[in-house]
Amino acid sequence: MNLFLSLLIAACGLLAQDVVIRNATIHPITGPQLTGSVVIKDGVIAEIGAKVVAPKGAKLVEAKGLHLYPGMIDSATVVGLTEISSVRETQDATELGDFNPQLRTIVAINPASEHIPVARSNGITSVITQPGGGVIGGQMALIHMDGWTWEEMAVSPAVALHLRFPLMSGGGGRRFGGGQGQQTSFAETRRRYEEQVQKLSQFLEESRRYQKAKAAAPKGFKIDLKFEAMIPVLERKTPVMMTAVRERAIKDAVEFAAKENIRIVLAQVREPGQALADIKAKAIPVILPGTHASPLEEDDAYDSQFTLPSELFKAGITFAFGTFDSSAVRNLPYQVASAVAFGLPREEALKAVTINAARIWGVEDKLGSIEKGKWADLILTDGDPLETTTQIRQMFIKGREVNLDNKHTQLYKKYLNRP
Amino acid sequence: MKKALRWAVLLAPLAAFGADVLIQNGKIITVTKGRLDGSILIRDGKIVEVAEKILAPPGVQVVDAGGQYVIPGIVDCHSHIAAESINEGSVSVSSMVGIEDVLNSEEVSIYRALAGGVTTANILHGSANSIGGKCSVIKMRWGKDTAGLLFEGAKPGIKFALGENPKRRGDADNLQPGAVPRYPATRMGVEDVIRQAFTDAKIYQAEWNDHRAKGGNTLPPRRDLKLEPLVEVLEGKRLVHAHCYRADEILMLLRVADDHGFKIRTLQHVLEGYKVAKEIAAHGAGASTFSDWWAYKVEAYDAIPFNAAIMHKKGVLVSLNSDSAELMRRLNTEAAKAIKYGGLSEDEALAMVTINPAKQLMVDNRVGSIEAGKDADLVIYDKHPLSNYAKVQKVFIDGAMYFDRDKDLSDRAEKEARRKALTEQQRQQQKKTAPAKPAARRPA
Repeated sequence: MNLFLSLLIAACGLLAQDVVIRNATIHPITGPQLTGSVVIKDGVIAEIGAKVVAPKGAKLVEAKGLHLYPGMIDSATVVGLTEISSVRETQDATELGDFNPQLRTIVAINPASEHIPVARSNGITSVITQPGGGVIGGQMALIHMDGWTWEEMAVSPAVALHLRFPLMSGGGGRRFGGGQGQQTSFAETRRRYEEQVQKLSQFLEESRRYQKAKAAAPKGFKIDLKFEAMIPVLERKTPVMMTAVRERAIKDAVEFAAKENIRIVLAQVREPGQALADIKAKAIPVILPGTHASPLEEDDAYDSQFTLPSELFKAGITFAFGTFDSSAVRNLPYQVASAVAFGLPREEALKAVTINAARIWGVEDKLGSIEKGKWADLILTDGDPLETTTQIRQMFIKGREVNLDNKHTQLYKKYLNRP
Repeated sequence: MKKALRWAVLLAPLAAFGADVLIQNGKIITVTKGRLDGSILIRDGKIVEVAEKILAPPGVQVVDAGGQYVIPGIVDCHSHIAAESINEGSVSVSSMVGIEDVLNSEEVSIYRALAGGVTTANILHGSANSIGGKCSVIKMRWGKDTAGLLFEGAKPGIKFALGENPKRRGDADNLQPGAVPRYPATRMGVEDVIRQAFTDAKIYQAEWNDHRAKGGNTLPPRRDLKLEPLVEVLEGKRLVHAHCYRADEILMLLRVADDHGFKIRTLQHVLEGYKVAKEIAAHGAGASTFSDWWAYKVEAYDAIPFNAAIMHKKGVLVSLNSDSAELMRRLNTEAAKAIKYGGLSEDEALAMVTINPAKQLMVDNRVGSIEAGKDADLVIYDKHPLSNYAKVQKVFIDGAMYFDRDKDLSDRAEKEARRKALTEQQRQQQKKTAPAKPAARRPA
């Protein structure tokens, strides 16, 4: 290879060397486990099998005794939007205002965040990063956990719209109240709630009128970025991720989505109760929060958050997991494993952080399993990736080998060797 | 109403075994004396024998572990459950207050901690003050009253706190309008508060010593409830558990203690402990840390999950704690992180949630391992306790079964029925007692 070509490839940075991973126990997720090799060409999985032909010049990775899984996907995070929770200057998830569909999370993702290599080193290759403010917070982004810029990281820069469905309860729990020391009557709480839902409906109605007006293309039509951002939602092209925790909120959210004819993904479902039937009937996918949470009520079963994923599975609902965090994204696999301890089949847990997430976010042609034609987002492990004691040995994102070093491993080496 | 529900629905303590208990057919991880497949004989709440084969004495209650794992009850060296209040934040030194006075034996976190295999916990005052309140060691004896929770004979403790938390109230920019900043506002001030308090305590101690030396014939010094616990610290009668993060403040406290001739029993959180592990080991302080929390504040930005392993390798007695009612329920898999991050052995990892915290609390003669003579505080797991797929099946404290997953499951339908009945009863009562609508006022 001449120098010019090498420099060109290095400069592009995106063109990966071909790789052959040999003798691995391959877990395709969408098919049966096999022992063999995977060929990666131009960042894509070109071949899988017991015997494969290595492309000329390909890098060989000997993986005898190791396991090859697709990289894991965290379906709800604030990765890149926060660095130190208590420092206001490092927070970029929460904008002012109630309705901000035009906000683009992707542009505020800090590719140099220390959280990215930390999460990556535990097998997370992609995450959804979400905004957190107001009612409509903005556009969520599906990103790769590697890249020099947010452009290089972007997989789906506007994968969904974030919507926090209004809450009926004023304070916490089943009681009604406006926080500490302030008692709010049920009637007042209800009035406020209905007012908020009404405002949301009105915003959607105005967006629809804007859509119609734009289609009519009148002279002097003024572009409005807020309403412009709502068009793909109204056209059902972009889903809306709606947070709804308890039964009543979930029912209201589902009903609202049907009335407004928008496509939704439910998020942070914790206490669905009878609403499970509604979710199932309308085939709405769910992003579950981590299982490592206390039960909502003091008389709930002690294991209510551990058993929830298994209940959704039994009800036939498609779900993925989100940590709704940044520094703790690395614990995604362990949150999922706790659901396995309490009844979720292990294969389903793995699907929830791979193929099901890819399906929910409309990227199953690229991510979520080891299949020919998909991006080579792969992790090579010395065991079950859902077990804490397992080590991630190597990682590939779009076929490029990714460095698993991070701030923590660097400090470890430095201080372990302190004289 | 809430209270009635809680009692009726949750507080159904399991029938304690009055008789001797024999746990058979267990994969026993003793933590201190290796592993064996065998039995544990319990008499009067104490382990009397651990062996491959033990003949069942007559009248003994036999529990078949069914080939599952048995480990010592988990000890959490840092918790705030079962306490009605945590911080007396109005003063920089709040050693006059204590957690024992605000323990709540009905808090459901106790049951949930049990269901996560925890049998002993150190309940600490908060971290708002350089010198905080007194701490209590409890056992998760769910169903017993407050006095029944206390770990009898455990040395009392006291909370210290360094860094961001104690200086927060000195930060005038971040206080409520009109609030007066409280000293200290810097790490320098934190040192000063602690040095001054111990300087005062030494004078107070000398006054009492002098009074006693004179046969009590002089006028006794005026009692000072703030300084008394600090005198106990100086005399080795009370253990110091110090909340800290950064390497500089850790070293500062060790030197203050050295200068005043007392010991720091445990450094709590101690997230930068790995930077001064040598100095911590030399002082003889224990370290009770999180497995992998980081980046939630500036002083936690250099926190690394290898902290426990580095400190352990450099000779520090290390435990992994929860500081959270939720995390408390899965300290067994927190221990697994010491294997992942730093390559410790399974026994070293399990020790960090059993015998090590027991040593730090100086209750290792009673709990923390499976050995003859110790309290029968035991946990049965269906899978290896370091696996994320394991769940707790049964928990014994003092030989009595306080948690049984089978029973928890089989009781659920009945509890739900009782909950509904009570809710309905409450609803009816509210209807009856609801005031009648006031009659429309007639114009005068």
